[in-house]
Amino acid sequence: MNNLKKAPPVLILEDVAVAYKIRGGEIEAVQNVSFEINRGETHGIVGESGCGKSTVAWAVLNFLGANGYVKRGSIKFQGQELVGVTGEELRRLRGDQIAMVYQDPMQALNPSMRLGDQMSEVLTVHRDMDKKEAEKRCIEMLERVYMPDAANVMNRYPHQISGGQQQRVVIATALLNNPALLIMDEPTTALDVTVEAVVLDLIADLRREFDTAIMYITHNLGVVARVSTRVGVMYAGEMVERGTVEDIYKDPQHPYTQGLMRCVPKLGADKASSILYPIRGRVPPPNNRPVGCVFSPRCDYVREICHNKRPELLEFSSGVSVRCHFAGEIEADKWSPSDDILPPEIITDTSPREPILKLDNLKKYYEVQGSSLKDILGLGEQRYVKAVENADFDLPRGTTLGVVGESGCGKSTLIKTIIGLEQTTEGHAEFMEIDITDEISTRGEDVIKELQMVFQNPDSTMNPSYTVGQQIGRPMKRFSTVPKDEIRGEVIKLLESMRLGENYYDRLPRQLSGGEKQRVGIARALASHPNLVLCDEPVSALDVSVQAALLNLLLELQQEYDTTMMFIAHDLSVVRFFSDQVAVMYLGQIMEIGPANAIYAPPYHPYSEALLSAVPIPDPSAEQKHIRLEGTVPSAINPPDGCRFHTRCPRRELLPDGGAICETEMPPWRETAEGHRIFCHIPLETLNTFDPVITQKPEGSNHVS
Amino acid sequence: MKAKTKKKSRLQKFWDSVSLILASRVATVGSIMVLFWLVLAFISLFWTPYDYNASDFLQNLGPNPQNWLGTDHLGRDIFSRLMKGTQVVLLKTRLPGEGNIIIPGGVAIWGVIGSMALGVTMGLNAGYRGGWWDQVIMQILDALIAFPRIVLYLVVIAALGQGDLVVILAISITGAPGVARLARSLAMDIKTRDYIRAAETRGESVWYIMFKEILPNASGPLLVDGMLRVGYAIFAIGTLGFLGIGLPPPDPDWGNMVNEARRNIFSNQLAVIWPALAIATLVIGLNLFADGLREEMTRYQK
Repeated sequence: MNNLKKAPPVLILEDVAVAYKIRGGEIEAVQNVSFEINRGETHGIVGESGCGKSTVAWAVLNFLGANGYVKRGSIKFQGQELVGVTGEELRRLRGDQIAMVYQDPMQALNPSMRLGDQMSEVLTVHRDMDKKEAEKRCIEMLERVYMPDAANVMNRYPHQISGGQQQRVVIATALLNNPALLIMDEPTTALDVTVEAVVLDLIADLRREFDTAIMYITHNLGVVARVSTRVGVMYAGEMVERGTVEDIYKDPQHPYTQGLMRCVPKLGADKASSILYPIRGRVPPPNNRPVGCVFSPRCDYVREICHNKRPELLEFSSGVSVRCHFAGEIEADKWSPSDDILPPEIITDTSPREPILKLDNLKKYYEVQGSSLKDILGLGEQRYVKAVENADFDLPRGTTLGVVGESGCGKSTLIKTIIGLEQTTEGHAEFMEIDITDEISTRGEDVIKELQMVFQNPDSTMNPSYTVGQQIGRPMKRFSTVPKDEIRGEVIKLLESMRLGENYYDRLPRQLSGGEKQRVGIARALASHPNLVLCDEPVSALDVSVQAALLNLLLELQQEYDTTMMFIAHDLSVVRFFSDQVAVMYLGQIMEIGPANAIYAPPYHPYSEALLSAVPIPDPSAEQKHIRLEGTVPSAINPPDGCRFHTRCPRRELLPDGGAICETEMPPWRETAEGHRIFCHIPLETLNTFDPVITQKPEGSNHVS
Repeated sequence: MKAKTKKKSRLQKFWDSVSLILASRVATVGSIMVLFWLVLAFISLFWTPYDYNASDFLQNLGPNPQNWLGTDHLGRDIFSRLMKGTQVVLLKTRLPGEGNIIIPGGVAIWGVIGSMALGVTMGLNAGYRGGWWDQVIMQILDALIAFPRIVLYLVVIAALGQGDLVVILAISITGAPGVARLARSLAMDIKTRDYIRAAETRGESVWYIMFKEILPNASGPLLVDGMLRVGYAIFAIGTLGFLGIGLPPPDPDWGNMVNEARRNIFSNQLAVIWPALAIATLVIGLNLFADGLREEMTRYQK
């Protein structure tokens, strides 16, 4: 790995500090960051949000906005100092020598220009190439990023290709000038897991092929493990640890890195691997960082010196450098969780309980308004988006059903239909023996009260105009579950069970962090003591350490109140530990449903298998089967006949005639002993022969038979 | 103890808003201009240099030590009349009927309150409910906008006669479509937020969601718009006064002052210029104030 001797590094950052001017002073967003990137190396930068990852990238490009500037230190790119470079010189560097790939490809591409024009612009501007030649180069480049039908894509507009393909176009554009440095800022965060897997493969290939230095910024430890050679871990504007991927993941030295590793779900074969231990507290805001070590308020090993003196960067012979006073002395193996972050013990009650929610072939179709004259006159054939098709399951009282699937698979529509924000198109749904196929405005208060929801986005889950207390108290007032004069006491009790104190009662949403807002959102949903709580990705917008704490909290509350839950997530590993039952959805159809353990071990549905193999795992020693889905998710307006997954199914060949039956007939439900159902034509005996997707490399002993 | 902390926070709040205004140079200048007229209006409640309706002086005098701004065609002191004229605009409204009942708040202020109430109700209904509600309400409003404003004024006043209340009504009706459009767009944005979903899953009534969940979050832009509208209303009062169908006597009305002095414009230009300047400075002051405030409010929004 040590190619320092070969050539000088492409990029050297030395003791860089970036400051933003604000009203009445300035904030140092980034301090003392030093690292270098060599040719052909992917240097990952990980950290939670607000840690200054993107600021470092922008500092390299001098893209800090009107009020930001590099306060100290130097940034050398191929020997040239970048700090202070402005105007024409900078413009020539950007997009030529240094290229950048952003998070959302939809926003990185101009929707009103053909892709070919956008791409060739890079060459005609920076290289003075004539248009014909530029186009030829573009097509070549598109082919190198495995774009199918490259010549044709040049003539299309961004909305005509899928998200994964858009990101490929952005990457191809970035590579056109063969830049010496490629900065990627969360390039796969906006993509679905199966698409993300393909893009990550591409990035890994490109590094080998192009010999470019890549700076890869992400919050996802799993993604870094897959693409990087070296990793820098950032915390509160400082780089706290840096080393090769193997060293960092196997033997993290800094207490923050260790803590981070413990709060990421691992998705191993056994359930214990998905126990999460959150880091207590939260990331300090840039204007209020502690005097000594930035991590000291949250550190388990904190001593006197940590509060007073900032630690220096200690370099080890292995090449790992750590910013901690006690680096090398802390052994992660000897760590044991303190009481306040211990996950709740799970009492699994195996006695069957009566179902609280019964769905029977539930369907939700949306009418689509066509644009032809015939459609407008109402003569054309009515078309539907088939958002949910034949949802059919029982949910026993006190259990949790996790629903996973990629975006657009209908999981949100499913819970919206159950809660009554949408009207059921067909089928039956019963909740506590009451029919709930109608809309919420026609439902009785007794049903409304028992069915509540937790939302995804912490920034919009709370009304910014009301205090925490008012918002949690409102359901109590509305359903008169608590006498008026006792509401305050009841709200405070609820706040305390959310681990928020009484002092939160009068706070406004803008004074809370994302995790705290989400806790208030949960408290509001629980305020009327509902029997069923529907959670729509409640943790996916949160940082891992916060996410872990919230998941543990939810689990605890569920046991305390004996609430039944439906839990939507796109992240398979989050659902793993949390749910008793898991349902995997694809294009409106439940493909597989069963006890959580059964989903993550063979027999798999081919789609679940592909999903599992796409999830990036924050463990370089874990081996994952390499299954990549081809093509894109078909439109829900015209879903494929037969099995909806047949157009992309990698396991079809296992059936006679290459799976001709999949194209015409709906598959049967194949049921195993423990209530595990798989919606597939492939017989169970064959499905049983699949290997587990994730195995530990050499010393892996926990195979599931 | 409790009341004390609350009081302190209110003072703090007041100081916060003052510092917000001071942070913007535009808003500071605007607020100085508006404050100037407000102070004059308050003084005029108790004292004006001379009786505003008495012809005590020679006609069409230029500015002189007795009459700072000169006199008009009937020999009345222009400065006294200007001072008194601020009252009907900003401070008082005369109700019709016996006994000269006066309520606080000027015609411009009530007119804007009226158009806000009307416009917000229609806009929230159109924006939040959508569908047919949106169609019908917006069609009505578009039809209203299609009429020239002056024609609308004339129709209202011809139908209802002259008086402060009628002017308020005219301003309310002509201002409502603009407010409604703003309220509608805000409602359409805010109704996509999760907290509205939360209210819906709580089974809240439509009116609760519109006025308790949406309106408080739309109030910032609406208030700024309202402030701009006070400027437009003063302008409208001026226009009506100029047409001779504005606020009825005995109180002097700036627009009417321009109208009357217009006949002698060749002998006494200043008598036209002073009231025109008064309208202009007050309107510009309000506009600057509202603009600066909006800028300052959006600058630190997340």
